[in-house]
Amino acid sequence: MSWQRRILRVNLSTGECAAEPLNMEWANQYVGERGLATRYLFEAMDPAADALSPENALIFATGPLSGTLVSTSGRYCVVTKGPLTGAVACSNSGGKFGAELKFAGYDLLIVTGKSERPVYLLIEDDDVSIRCAAHLWGRTVWDTEETVKAENHGEDMKVASIGVAGERGVYYACIVNDLHRAAGRSGVGAVMGSKNLKAVAVRGTRGVRVNDAPRFMRVVDEKNRKLWSHPSRRGLARTGTLAMIDNMQNFGGLPTRNFREVQYEGVGRINHEAVTAKNRDGHRNLLANKACFGCTIACGRIAHVDKDHFTVVSRKEYWHASGGLEYETAFAFGPAVGVDDVDALTFAGFMMNEHGMDPISFGVTLAAAMELYEMGVLTAEQTDGVELKFGNARALAIMAEKTGKYEGFGRELALGSKRLCEKYGHPELAMVVKGQEFAGYDSRALQGMGLGYATSNRGACHLKHDTFAEDMEDLSGNGKAEACKASQDGTAALDSVGICLFTSSAWDLGDLADQLDAACEGQWSAERLRECGERIWNLERLFNLKAGLGAADDTLPPRMLNEPAPSGAAKGKVNELDVMLPEYYGLRGWSTDGVPRPELLRRLDLQGFAV
Amino acid sequence: MFRSLHIDPQKCTGCLQCEMACSFEHTGAFNPARSRIRVFEFEHGLRTVPYTCTQCDEAWCLHACPVGAIDLDASVGAKRVSAALCVGCKACVGACPFGTIQFNPVTGKVDKCDLCGGDPKCAEACPTEAIVYGDADWSGLEKMRRFAALTSLASPGGNSR
Repeated sequence: MSWQRRILRVNLSTGECAAEPLNMEWANQYVGERGLATRYLFEAMDPAADALSPENALIFATGPLSGTLVSTSGRYCVVTKGPLTGAVACSNSGGKFGAELKFAGYDLLIVTGKSERPVYLLIEDDDVSIRCAAHLWGRTVWDTEETVKAENHGEDMKVASIGVAGERGVYYACIVNDLHRAAGRSGVGAVMGSKNLKAVAVRGTRGVRVNDAPRFMRVVDEKNRKLWSHPSRRGLARTGTLAMIDNMQNFGGLPTRNFREVQYEGVGRINHEAVTAKNRDGHRNLLANKACFGCTIACGRIAHVDKDHFTVVSRKEYWHASGGLEYETAFAFGPAVGVDDVDALTFAGFMMNEHGMDPISFGVTLAAAMELYEMGVLTAEQTDGVELKFGNARALAIMAEKTGKYEGFGRELALGSKRLCEKYGHPELAMVVKGQEFAGYDSRALQGMGLGYATSNRGACHLKHDTFAEDMEDLSGNGKAEACKASQDGTAALDSVGICLFTSSAWDLGDLADQLDAACEGQWSAERLRECGERIWNLERLFNLKAGLGAADDTLPPRMLNEPAPSGAAKGKVNELDVMLPEYYGLRGWSTDGVPRPELLRRLDLQGFAV
Repeated sequence: MFRSLHIDPQKCTGCLQCEMACSFEHTGAFNPARSRIRVFEFEHGLRTVPYTCTQCDEAWCLHACPVGAIDLDASVGAKRVSAALCVGCKACVGACPFGTIQFNPVTGKVDKCDLCGGDPKCAEACPTEAIVYGDADWSGLEKMRRFAALTSLASPGGNSR
């Protein structure tokens, strides 16, 4: 056991909901969650189909370790074709929704087709029904979650939903569960909206069983102790990921004002010290750290906005606590747009959660708009009279809300950086790969991160590989291709077992394999997981090739390749992609135009997917 | 020594390891829906509060049971339900003021915390010591100590007489 060995298919065009056995041959090759969902995506749709058409499939996937005592077992991912990128999208979320889906008895939920009218999906173990959502359409994530719970089981129900952003096709709309956890990137929320699916509500009471329970409990106890005592676990509980902002500032890899600069003078007003300091009135931004389902790390931030702050002073409905700043949100609403007002950042974060949008893509898109504004390409007439200048905290707060509600200039920001910059004649200002905005690590300062961005299957992303340590030790591109590939394969495996990436500083693939081996049938080892990871990475690549992407899309914006970093450790450097990329293709067993070679496909049993 | 569960919501992160450990001990599956300890969330998750049976001395459930299915496990101070005797009438569910004894539709009987026979798995699983199984005599002392500390802060400088 450990897999439920059952998946649920819902066809919104026909209204048919049916459970079927999990394909165990695929589970053995692709493990679960990210990998297994990508395999099912290949079966459920043509990669060349339009992401926002009924032909796209939307898959909610758990892994074999989801819903078990293994720490961080609350993760799930959403796999679909992303509208932001036209590539495979795999957005991972925490909270409690994923475990609940597993408890209801399903490894995967596959949604296809399109409903004629707004609906939501109600899953109570074996009872699955498609419900009218006319009364929910146009409402926020927070409102939707509360309403769906109130009209069903209340407290025990877990809800994943979209806001107006997803309904209206904001290209980076996300799916939010448990109020402030999100399958955040690549526009998976817009796919849900295109299907007229407002929410998925789940209550599960079947539980999850493991294969060898006595061994499993012993192994989990040992691994939990290892994780608990690791310094990075303690750091994440204390500061969350926000500690990274000082690291990047000191190193000179903190993207500032649409990546023109790599260090930000206002960092001291938005870092961990800033969110924990008391202001004159005794207000402190950060209130508590909280955990996702099953997680013994507890990096989650709960914060509130000072009620005297301009964003909420006349809006009592935002005086409550909610999800607070983590590094990526702080970077995208802080340095990227030059804003150092911690309450404005927190409020904009609330807007992302309430309306269902990816803060990274929103912040970096706003940064591009600000650069266009300062160049005079955009004027106040077009931006609803708002001064879209770097550093304007009011512009950040106003535009976050307008985009979430799909109003005024928010409809332009809804396009994302690539489409916005193309529309206004400056495609070079879009800080994207494959249409998806960069995370908060500059590719000139961190060479391997740049290579990872360029080659990530879902467009620019910091969560599918991790070469920070190598990059900070060595400013050149030397050896980065190998580190990048190994990390991509390992992360693909981790993303497929059902746990959180933040375990990876304490646990290696061997630690995952030990837990998987006790929980599931079959023999699981680090080597087997690594091979599964490589298979998954290549399967995603093949999806993208069939979707029409290719080597020309494995690149970085000219700013990263031609404009030297103006300060910091990498001052004067550009990204060495021209050196790293051919080396990377070679290590991957791909041709010079980025296509997996036949012998690689044979080794990974992927022959059927040859392009 | 008479022991009891001490729950400090201030230390709880809401990770639900307790619910998984409890349900595993009692059902063999990880299944929070069948956990006898439950963690409740308030204010967008700002407060997370574990709650379970407090093992009242004059237990409403025990007195309400018409078939004598609930008895005292004297060794650990837990009120426990005999599955063999319970008829699933739910009189105890109605009688308990706290809602901590619940009907289980799968077994047709009621479930409540039995302190795992003296080795509560929730306390063992809790990573932050928000749930501790300890000397019942000690209940309240930690809070007293905290307030005692505050009292002494009001008159700094020690004994001046």
